[in-house]
Amino acid sequence: MIEITLEHYLILSSIIFTIGIVGIFLNRKNVIIILMSIELMIVAVNINLVSFSIFLQDLSGQVFTMFILTVAAAEAAVGLAIIVIYYKNKGSINVEQISSLKG
Amino acid sequence: MLAHSLFFYFFSTIAVFASVMVIVPRNTVYSVFFLILVFVTVSILFIMIGAEFLGMIMLIVYVGAVAVLFLFVVMMLNVTQQISKKTDRKGFFNNISGGLTVGLIIFLELVVVVGGWKYKVDLSPLNSNYSTQELSNTHSLGNVLYTDYIHLFQISGIILLIAIIGAITLTFKKRDDVKRQNYFTQIQREKITSVKLVDIESNTGVKIDD
Repeated sequence: MIEITLEHYLILSSIIFTIGIVGIFLNRKNVIIILMSIELMIVAVNINLVSFSIFLQDLSGQVFTMFILTVAAAEAAVGLAIIVIYYKNKGSINVEQISSLKG
Repeated sequence: MLAHSLFFYFFSTIAVFASVMVIVPRNTVYSVFFLILVFVTVSILFIMIGAEFLGMIMLIVYVGAVAVLFLFVVMMLNVTQQISKKTDRKGFFNNISGGLTVGLIIFLELVVVVGGWKYKVDLSPLNSNYSTQELSNTHSLGNVLYTDYIHLFQISGIILLIAIIGAITLTFKKRDDVKRQNYFTQIQREKITSVKLVDIESNTGVKIDD
């Protein structure tokens, strides 16, 4: 309990990951919070990789965390651009009203 | 050791609380603020565990760029007004059971995985690319990033370029009231269509812009 081990970090990252998943399910108001939940999940994965990298004494995990950071930034930019043009076209980003793909 | 564990529990409690507060509030601006708090706390945890370069990069990239981008979009789209217009929490209560069920199952699975980590096969530390004591974290990360992972590094640059092009193309709006330079028509101009030679008689002059 006193000594912080790898398991502590893994439990922390799984808690944050789960909160991200629950956020995706819970949210029916707007798409931006769903994107933020995805960011939370990415952060949880980063915690996992970094703690493994530190405790196993291997730098590869931190290098991969940097690449995940890059991809997360790109994903946020493109996703927000899509949301902006969707809002321009439809006037709302309510998730329940997004049903154009239902056919 | 005691101080380290106290700091760990303190910051991880803040991180969990803030990530709950990302998904709960009705006002999206509060969500963005708590998202920033999550990023700051996680970067503090990274610095504490010894990955100080990633902690700083996390602050710069996430707090400095991504969260501010979120904040700009939230302010631009005026979502808060739109939500407060209809203040029913019906959707919340409809979805909370399913969401909590799935979340609980996934969390239990993750806990089982972490708990079973005890009975793992013995992993020997690789030690292949880890820094010795005299190199800092940033130095050793740079040593492997520009040698072993150079192709991945360049590919991530290309990913960023594609994201730039995609975001600009998506949000680009063609306006009619702005004069723009069109390279193709500019290059395709010929002498016949643009120059007219006139003979001017003496003492009459020529009228321009008729």
